[in-house]
Amino acid sequence: MAEEKSKLQRLFEAGEFVVTGEIGPPRGADVEHVHKAAEGLRGVIDAANVTDNQTSILRMSSIAGVLLAQQKGVEGVAQMTCRDRNRIAIQSDLLGAWALGIRNVLLLSGDHQSFGNDPQAKNVYDVDSVQVIKIMADLKNEGRFLNGKKAKTAPKFFIGTTANPFADPEELQLIRLKKKIKAGAQFVQTQSIYDIDRFERWMEKVREWGLHKEAYIEAGVIVNKSVRSVEVTQTVPGMSVPDSIVERMRKAKDPKEESVNIVLEIIERIKKIEGISGLHIMAIGWEEIVPEVVKSAGLLPRPTLN
Amino acid sequence: MIIASQKPIDEIKEYIKDYKKILIAACGTCVTVCLAGGEKEARELAELLSLDGDQEFRVVTPERQCDSEFLAEFDENVGWADVVLSLACGVGVQYMAERYVKKPVVPGLNTSFMGTNRDAGYWTEMCQGCGNCVLEKTGGICPVARCSKSHFNGPCGGSADGKCEIDPSTDCAWQLIYDRLKSLDQLEKLYETIPPRDWSTSRDGGPRKIRRPDVAIEEG
Ligand code: SF4
Ligand code: SF4
Repeated sequence: MAEEKSKLQRLFEAGEFVVTGEIGPPRGADVEHVHKAAEGLRGVIDAANVTDNQTSILRMSSIAGVLLAQQKGVEGVAQMTCRDRNRIAIQSDLLGAWALGIRNVLLLSGDHQSFGNDPQAKNVYDVDSVQVIKIMADLKNEGRFLNGKKAKTAPKFFIGTTANPFADPEELQLIRLKKKIKAGAQFVQTQSIYDIDRFERWMEKVREWGLHKEAYIEAGVIVNKSVRSVEVTQTVPGMSVPDSIVERMRKAKDPKEESVNIVLEIIERIKKIEGISGLHIMAIGWEEIVPEVVKSAGLLPRPTLN
Repeated sequence: MIIASQKPIDEIKEYIKDYKKILIAACGTCVTVCLAGGEKEARELAELLSLDGDQEFRVVTPERQCDSEFLAEFDENVGWADVVLSLACGVGVQYMAERYVKKPVVPGLNTSFMGTNRDAGYWTEMCQGCGNCVLEKTGGICPVARCSKSHFNGPCGGSADGKCEIDPSTDCAWQLIYDRLKSLDQLEKLYETIPPRDWSTSRDGGPRKIRRPDVAIEEG
């Protein structure tokens, strides 16, 4: 039986500057893919999210992916969107996840299915992300399902969620974050930061509202592999990529190297912001670069727990 | 009102290809207003379909196809026809089929949503008939029908510049809700967490019905 409290939670509680990563599960039932990705991240990050059909592209399930990552010694964060499951399926799958030794969960709305390869699919949205956080927190704290029935062995997940500092309307996004934290979110991963000035302004508001004291906030960054990848990122709704960054990538002799430089500069600024408890690094399709980024950012070796 | 649009002409032709006498039944209410299945559209459709050959067409336009009172006067025309091509909403089509047990009735429209006319040739969805209206909490803007994810507690992370993440021509319902509550000086409503809702009042609870003893006609 795995410990009740995840390593991720204990690191946050110990006041460490946490580093998490991300594993995109395969578009197939391939075990090796996840094992390899996890091995590459072991010792470099503290925990890895495994995405739940991100951008609505059909992939292996997050829970299965976390299990495979944990087999290779990388603690996982299972993601669960409200897009594909109703309250019955969400609670049921998360009971299973806990039973299998998964301790962290990241609850989010999920990208609309129109982004992926199955725009014909019916979506669910039985509950929204604020509601699902409350459901999982009540299950942990009161041992009851949403329907009021008592759970035999209630899962006690370390509950995370997302926040987008670049989405609109700004005030309402903060109200929603406040509601998520009040509902029971203990850690928050932000949308990837390119516009660090804007992010610093957002964090000022977060501090004004005192939200950084009620949940651990991890700043998200993406390492883009190519000029094209930055250009595509710039077009994603809710992403804020300044033209200056796209220009820098376009002009660079070695865009990959420049991309790492850009991320390292952003991380330097992030580390100085009051109220940030960790970093969430995404490098989908370029996971091999993560060790170099973490090392150059001066974040190695990763702390251990006794 | 109910908004619909005409099916592609080839699909309609396919439905009626085995029949000779075709009664096109328009409807004088919602689908007339949204220019999809009124008298005018029915006549145009009859004209278009008759170009092809030896089928015969008649057009009738009851005030409402979803009301038996208005259907009776068409019994004779229905008797004449081999098939009824109904240009009513899905309710009208089904009601016709129920009344004329032995007559095939096929739809000529795709019934789309409950909504309104925004501009010439432009209609948008407003209500999903969820059976438990929350508009008081959301400044009169529906989060069920107008937020692509039916969120109850604020916008997802894809809301940008007032638009929904699914497409730049769709307003983000939560931006609209925010703007409206702000102008009403009621932003405090947005701090309230709306709990998971009871969807049994929506389609999820099975086909719905309303019984009102107060207006029912007593027997005897
Ligand atoms: S809350 Fe329900 S009843 Fe009210 S407008 Fe929206 S869908 Fe219609
Ligand atoms: S962008 Fe706005 S309308 Fe679209 S799904 Fe998100 S909250 Fe709903």
